[in-house]
Amino acid sequence: MNWTLALPEIALACAGLVILLVGVIPGRNTFFGCTMAVIGALLLAAVLVLGQPEGTALGGLYVADAFSGFMKILALLGAALGLVLALDFNRRESLDRFEFPVLALFATTGMMVMVSANDLMAVYMGLELLSLPLYVIAAFDRDNGRSAEAGLKYFVLGALASGLLLYGVSLVYGFAGTTNFDRLADVFSGNGGVPAGVVVGLVFVVAGLIFKVSAVPFHMWTPDVYEGAPTPVTAFFAAAPKVAAVALLARVLLGPFGDLAAQWQQVIILASLGSMLLGAFAAVGQRNIKRLMAYSSIGHVGYALMGLAVVSDEGLRGLAIYMLIYMLMNIGTFAILVGMRRRGRAVERIEDLAGLGGTDLGRALWMTVFMFSMAGIPPLAGFFGKLYVFLAAVQGGFWTLAVVGVLTSVVSAYYYLRIVKVMFFDEAPAEGGLDATTPGLAAVTATTGIFNLVFCLYPAPLLLAAGLAAAALLG
Amino acid sequence: MAVGLSHYLAVSAILLVLGLVGIFLNRKNVIVILMSVELILLAVNLNLVAFSAHLNDLAGQVFAMFVLTVAAAEASIGLAIIVIYFRNRGSIEVEDISTLRG
Repeated sequence: MNWTLALPEIALACAGLVILLVGVIPGRNTFFGCTMAVIGALLLAAVLVLGQPEGTALGGLYVADAFSGFMKILALLGAALGLVLALDFNRRESLDRFEFPVLALFATTGMMVMVSANDLMAVYMGLELLSLPLYVIAAFDRDNGRSAEAGLKYFVLGALASGLLLYGVSLVYGFAGTTNFDRLADVFSGNGGVPAGVVVGLVFVVAGLIFKVSAVPFHMWTPDVYEGAPTPVTAFFAAAPKVAAVALLARVLLGPFGDLAAQWQQVIILASLGSMLLGAFAAVGQRNIKRLMAYSSIGHVGYALMGLAVVSDEGLRGLAIYMLIYMLMNIGTFAILVGMRRRGRAVERIEDLAGLGGTDLGRALWMTVFMFSMAGIPPLAGFFGKLYVFLAAVQGGFWTLAVVGVLTSVVSAYYYLRIVKVMFFDEAPAEGGLDATTPGLAAVTATTGIFNLVFCLYPAPLLLAAGLAAAALLG
Repeated sequence: MAVGLSHYLAVSAILLVLGLVGIFLNRKNVIVILMSVELILLAVNLNLVAFSAHLNDLAGQVFAMFVLTVAAAEASIGLAIIVIYFRNRGSIEVEDISTLRG
């Protein structure tokens, strides 16, 4: 038993238990201390992931390779930055309960298990360990009807998706005879055709996973949950879990079901096309900026899935790079959205940004950087994310995907640029501009913003890491 | 007539469909949705155990145990969310859950 391979997950889970124990010390508020401890634990786990050897462990349930390492670092980084965003917001909205960082930590452990899963059982356990804390933190503002409704909707649809995924897993297990990824791949690589039961099971599994990445046609929960949940929770949802879910989808489809690409490729192409179109057109009329970000994230998942749909080394590398860039520009945007307050009250309409260019030029400029990056305007990082997936699609001969991708990013540029226009050319409302931001939010904005600006100068190390990750999964 | 694998699979497919119908056609009460989700998970468990017996492989039964455990945790979280929803709105009618709409 080489359980030491799973040390990052074990350390993280133990840290969660210890922090939970310390957090209940009565008589004082431990929110700040617990958040700092959780961020420390996440960074410790990231260090352990960097030093992790490759191989399988725990009876073949767990695998560590370059792909899992890359995606785990992304998820840990996204979770840590998401917690920094929550620090000030939660205190002001009196959501500063220590359970919040602990739940985020357990969700992150779930993400790491998912990304490293080498067995359908581990997939399910990781997915549930991720989902259950997320249902709770979506409803974390429990005296607010909208937050409770967001939690309820997320729970009902999430439980349904888990059920469908599980039903698919049971069919795959029954007709292929095993749940281990390596042995499943062996079963499917033979020449004798695939049993129909496996294909039906695969459809259920893909449906369940598409729900988790919030791609069309299982996206309907996303706008409601993103709008209703407290803003830092939305930021958390849009970053780390999405990275982990996309990574899991890639691992499941390209690992055990790699030889059945003919069966699932069409589904992923349709999901990618649908998500890009919906993300572009449905966001146009939105007035609530969190809802707009929800549609924007659906669109971005569509672009990332394009990298998966082409089933090639370049495509997978594009997907890995895309998730990295998406995560960082999303966290940066949300660092600004979390700081949107007028006279101490949180505001979340697009018009509330009006006049920001006059009252707080620095913040308006960073927001402009993020919006341009999301729209994919060179030389910002978002452009390169799109470039690599479009390139892979063209090289693979998937012209429809590439053309639709370019056209929808033109459409989506409209609503990103509208935000820039509102900030710089609209009059600030009579009750005054937005309140000043806090040092923590400003630091996150600046770091992610600088990443977006300088990625074009020195992309080689990140490209290399993404290339290694892709090779590990397809090789 | 001996009861074989296909009978179990048929029962479990019927349970799955009942669960799905319960979720989508139900306009009354969120608790019914919770029960329908449990029904889906029961269908899965039946499938897993039937396959496990058929294949002479223990993995399926182990999996069923995990599913049972997680289903219990899921139901408790679901009930807790329904309670805080009820406290805010004073109702758990499915048709009332529509404040968030774009």
